[in-house]
Amino acid sequence: MTMIEAIRDALDIAMGRDSRVIVFGEDVGYFGGVFRCTAGLQRKYGPTRCFDTPISELGIVGAGIGMAAYGLRPVVEIQFADYMYPAYDQIVSEAARLRYRSAGEFTCPMVVRMPSGGGIFGAQTHSQSPEALFTHVTGLKTVVPSSPRAAKGLLMAAIEDPDPVIFLEPKRLYNGPFDGYHDRPVTAWKNHPLGEVPEGHFTLPLGRAEIARPGRSVTVLAYGTMVHVAQSGADAAGIDAEVIDLQTLLPLDLETVTASVRKTGRCLVLHEATLTSGFGAELAALVQAECFYHLEAPVARVAGWDTPYPHVHEWQYFPGPARVAEALRALLEEV
Amino acid sequence: MTRPQAGTGTPLSLTIPEPEVRPGETPDFSHVSIPRAGTVRRPETVAAPDEIRDLAFTIIRVLNREGQAVGPWAEGLDLSDADLLAGLRHMMGLRPFDARMLIAQRQQKTSFYMQHLGEEAISCAFQRALAPGDMNFPTYRQAGLLIAADYPLRKMMAQVYSNAEDPVRGRQLPVFYSSKEHGFFSISGNLATQYIQAVGWAMGSAISGDDKIAAAWIGDGSTAESDFHAALVFASTYKAPVILNIVNNQWAISTFQGIARGGAGTFAARGLGFGIPALRVDGNDYLAVLAAGRWAAERARRNLGPTLIEYVTYRAGGHSTSDDPTAYRPAEESKAWPLGDPVLRLRNHLIARGIWSEERHVQAEAEILAEVSAEQKQAEAVGTLHHGQRPSPRDMFDDVYAEMPPHLLRQRHEAGF
Repeated sequence: MTMIEAIRDALDIAMGRDSRVIVFGEDVGYFGGVFRCTAGLQRKYGPTRCFDTPISELGIVGAGIGMAAYGLRPVVEIQFADYMYPAYDQIVSEAARLRYRSAGEFTCPMVVRMPSGGGIFGAQTHSQSPEALFTHVTGLKTVVPSSPRAAKGLLMAAIEDPDPVIFLEPKRLYNGPFDGYHDRPVTAWKNHPLGEVPEGHFTLPLGRAEIARPGRSVTVLAYGTMVHVAQSGADAAGIDAEVIDLQTLLPLDLETVTASVRKTGRCLVLHEATLTSGFGAELAALVQAECFYHLEAPVARVAGWDTPYPHVHEWQYFPGPARVAEALRALLEEV
Repeated sequence: MTRPQAGTGTPLSLTIPEPEVRPGETPDFSHVSIPRAGTVRRPETVAAPDEIRDLAFTIIRVLNREGQAVGPWAEGLDLSDADLLAGLRHMMGLRPFDARMLIAQRQQKTSFYMQHLGEEAISCAFQRALAPGDMNFPTYRQAGLLIAADYPLRKMMAQVYSNAEDPVRGRQLPVFYSSKEHGFFSISGNLATQYIQAVGWAMGSAISGDDKIAAAWIGDGSTAESDFHAALVFASTYKAPVILNIVNNQWAISTFQGIARGGAGTFAARGLGFGIPALRVDGNDYLAVLAAGRWAAERARRNLGPTLIEYVTYRAGGHSTSDDPTAYRPAEESKAWPLGDPVLRLRNHLIARGIWSEERHVQAEAEILAEVSAEQKQAEAVGTLHHGQRPSPRDMFDDVYAEMPPHLLRQRHEAGF
């Protein structure tokens, strides 16, 4: 199953189980979404359960908050994460704080899905990774799946969660795992173990990381596309790295992170998003605070350069396996 | 007074608008009411908005079926033969340009493309209503503004190919052009953001006692964005010298225009609640677009404030190379569109005027295609997305700030550039 199919499956099952689950966004109704994640849902559940909206991200999220306050379970789609900004006020000032400011009288059990990340020559308007803009907002949960299996399990858990969840879908992973070697043939999810997705109702708990690959020399903290790039980078460097797939950035599974770093004594943090004030800074701070006496080298980061996402220089910008390998080697050289 | 009892009302239901037809059904535009060319009045530009409300609910048309320019909006256009031939040529240039770039995208010479098929008249004609120094804030489907301002085709191709001659240095998606000199503001790609910026630019011109005006552009779908509504309130409040253009091409990717329009009769009518005079115009009629553009420009230049114009047209092609419109609308729908082909309509006018012929048209098509192909060869000799001369990766770090801060310089060194 592809990640697109896994997301559609999760939505389908959630809508079938719970008539409160309502899916809407730009082009998601009749057409089924520009990435096809909602294909067939309108036909199956009718136009008031899955529908097209005006092009207004503020409207989509704001209406979602109102529906959630009414008692429904909206799962809204922002067509690209790069188009989220008009909705940011509704997300930050409203969705995230509704429970707090009403002392639990009103709540916002809403999921905001959005394709994120680069690797498709989408330039600055179809490539961004804005996760740190959400993890900095208290009251939100932020989830980034790295496989069809994770996408289904985490999305179903997000829909059932009582609080607003930002669900970032790495679009480069929609149709296959991507290890960062853009010039090699594309692999399909059907040839990957994590393309196997449990049937029926299936959740993976939010706030739980998974060890994507066990190892002993160094811990790599990654999420989304970079989980795969981390592994190809470790292979390129010939280093026995333990790759942690965070899955949920907030709340963070600090226990899994610290157990690994205490074991390996070294930590590399990866993300596609720009470096400065990225989520990696939070991870680095936590790791040094929790594992200081176990660390044999400073926590290192590999991230997108601090420029807007360029078009022609996609692969000079994208933090690929070569940069990961180099950083891993450097980490192991530190005494 | 007694309050209504809870729980005794009729069950409510939600309205989800649907287009007239879907794939597999027969195209039907009978709901589009089209007045005969030449029949809509042309008020003085000083007219108060509430005196001309009717113009937001009709369609201003100049070219009739016989190719004649008729009615009050034709009078006063006073175009020379050379003007008309230039207009035809601009549209005839845009069409093969689009066709060649679409093929180039399929050949993977670029990543993406967006064509204008059926909408050529709007940007090509409107540009001729502006003066040098005026500024357009376009969307991704107004390349005619550049062509009608004599911007070099090869430079446009360089941008589409992200090659070494790309004026924006390979940073932007294809068709996101930028040319201050040609009155073309840098395209964002985030929808509607430019609309309020155009109002701000116009306010800046007025504050400075300048004589320049601005033109904002948006599609039917994006009028749903808050930026559109912010633009209308600012333009209305400050009487900004701006023309607020809405290109209603019926489709926002897969979403029909009724979703953004809602219960309003027309997009032009959006202006009325803000006290902004609004015109609704045949977007496939080169002369009607030009006449309406000039009327609005005159209002702006006479300090009478903003004008909103809705161009009624049809997006004959896909939204972009990533889109397949047959999944959501009948494949034959564009042929059924009642306002015709903008190129052929102007061609027929020139023939009726006796300055053009079908033979010359066919000959011109071949000549223009040869010119476009020659420019394309030159552009491709420089480079395309994956081959040839491309901007240096070192450039990637420039222009984030006027002066490169130390952390970016460090990163550039780390990247090896």
